[in-house]
Amino acid sequence: MTEHALEVEGLRKTFGDHVAVDGVSFSLPPGGSLAIVGESGSGKTTTARMLVGLERPDAGRIRVGGRDRSHVARGRATRLARAREIQMVFQDPYLSLDPRVTVAACVEEPLRLHFSMSPAERRARRDELLARVGLGEREADALPRRLSGGQRQRVAIARALATRPKVLILDEATAALDVSIQAQILDLLAEIRRDTGVGYLFVTHNLALVRHVADDILVLYQGRVVETGPTREVLAAPEHPYTRLLLHSVPRPGWDPARIAADRRALAAALKETPPSPASADPLRHVPETNSTERSAAQ
Amino acid sequence: MTGRLLEIEKLTVRLAAGKAARPILGGVSLHVERGEAVGLVGESGSGKSVTCRSVLGLLPEGASASGSLRVNGEDILTMSSTRLRELRRRDVSMIFQDPRASINPMRRIGDFVTEGMRAGGVPQKDALKRAEELLESVGIREPGPALHRYPHEFSGGMLQRVMIAGALAGGPRLLLADEPTTALDVTTQAEVVSILTRLRAERDMGMLFVTHDLELAAAICDRIYVMYAGRIVEAQSAEGLFGRPRHPYTSGLLAATPRLESDEPPHGVPGRPVSLAEAPDGCAFAARCAHVRPGCTEREPVHREIDGAQVACLRAEELIHD
Repeated sequence: MTEHALEVEGLRKTFGDHVAVDGVSFSLPPGGSLAIVGESGSGKTTTARMLVGLERPDAGRIRVGGRDRSHVARGRATRLARAREIQMVFQDPYLSLDPRVTVAACVEEPLRLHFSMSPAERRARRDELLARVGLGEREADALPRRLSGGQRQRVAIARALATRPKVLILDEATAALDVSIQAQILDLLAEIRRDTGVGYLFVTHNLALVRHVADDILVLYQGRVVETGPTREVLAAPEHPYTRLLLHSVPRPGWDPARIAADRRALAAALKETPPSPASADPLRHVPETNSTERSAAQ
Repeated sequence: MTGRLLEIEKLTVRLAAGKAARPILGGVSLHVERGEAVGLVGESGSGKSVTCRSVLGLLPEGASASGSLRVNGEDILTMSSTRLRELRRRDVSMIFQDPRASINPMRRIGDFVTEGMRAGGVPQKDALKRAEELLESVGIREPGPALHRYPHEFSGGMLQRVMIAGALAGGPRLLLADEPTTALDVTTQAEVVSILTRLRAERDMGMLFVTHDLELAAAICDRIYVMYAGRIVEAQSAEGLFGRPRHPYTSGLLAATPRLESDEPPHGVPGRPVSLAEAPDGCAFAARCAHVRPGCTEREPVHREIDGAQVACLRAEELIHD
């Protein structure tokens, strides 16, 4: 069995009386790609924020590269070591980049923070990272306001890759982009995964996107995992009514929004009587313990 | 009532002089028939929202417009402000993208829905009764008490229904919807769209639906206009657009959209969308187009009709896009 790049067990987070994330478990093999899907309030963003340490879980375990990070980091060195392993790209590149910092300085900052490099080494690594995402010298000297949305998101990706993370969390990272630009960024992400072996965790509500970028899928509803498995299988034959609802909600020819609205109300009513519990929803499908090539070899 | 419900002819809009009178729309022509749902699709900077807002006379401050823009035969551009207010109250309504940004958070829902009716002289009591019926028709439970609640007490999806109720208050013939579901979850989007399509059919309203989402436009519209850099580059039936896109930009957009039912991965269109002000001479899409040839950068392609589709591409006849 290979060691997981990321392993999460029984993650739970409450805000006051509200249980935002309730017993969420999953794993991501090295170089794998997993999508967490659900609508607002499903707990997908809270889950992502706990993984990178922006929220502290009330219960559960998070392991990155086999190392436990459930407890608060003791000291700066541990905190930095954790940050190196997992990085995040946010949804809105108009908010996530400091408007006063040039692209070059933005990408150099994590290099300065995490590695002891000479200025020349740092510049070289910076240029390598920018080239990796398709940006050149002209963009390096620019402030974010001079860049388009797509270019900004390339900067955010370059910066996130600076620490050579094992896992990159993409929180709706292409949702704010024009569709012709989104496809360019998806191409870039696929290339980077192939070349560097970084694992991706997509946080999104766009199932059509998931279909093309994720090996595995995890469906969250009201903080709980209601279905999980290989993307192809789950999308071809969804077992949980909520997954089916999400799937039917994607606009396409022959779309029937009235039926979806009725299904949604029926689901909400049914779940009010019996809320989804990890015990009853599980095991619909399990996230495979191995990566996809080993899985097909085993079959 | 004469003429088409909405007819825009060669609408050109320039921003206020001063810095530079930047053009933002370049000769946009489109129409919406009575009871027809029409999509206006484009990426950021394409001018789709400006086009939509101009129907209500909402041009950017100091902007100058030429061409014509008629609702039921009446020209908006030359209309008196009194008549324009009346038109906005009764004939044409707009649903904006973000209900939280478009509904006054300090006022009760009842105030919002009845505003136009009260301005038109409907007594408060009658207006509230009518507002209650409207809230019920958009699926708000307990519409009576809802009238006394504030926007923050509603979810985004519920508040968007409130906005639809408000838009319907004057009994409009034409509904302008500017990305009305972009800020919503997919399941909520379906619900709001189903309400919108049902009410549109029941009341036989025409609708101009602005979106960046081609699939969504195709799912609810009869005809679709595709905009790029302040101009309309293609117009045809939703079916035709998907089956036989005629403009390279349309086929590029289709190829870039991730599909649930297709194994084909999305392909990006090189470069980035430009606005009309940045667009070079000739075809604005030429710099990103895989089928570009020297003539494309020399003159602006004129609209031609090919098999029921309106296309602005020099090579539209020879290129077949799958």
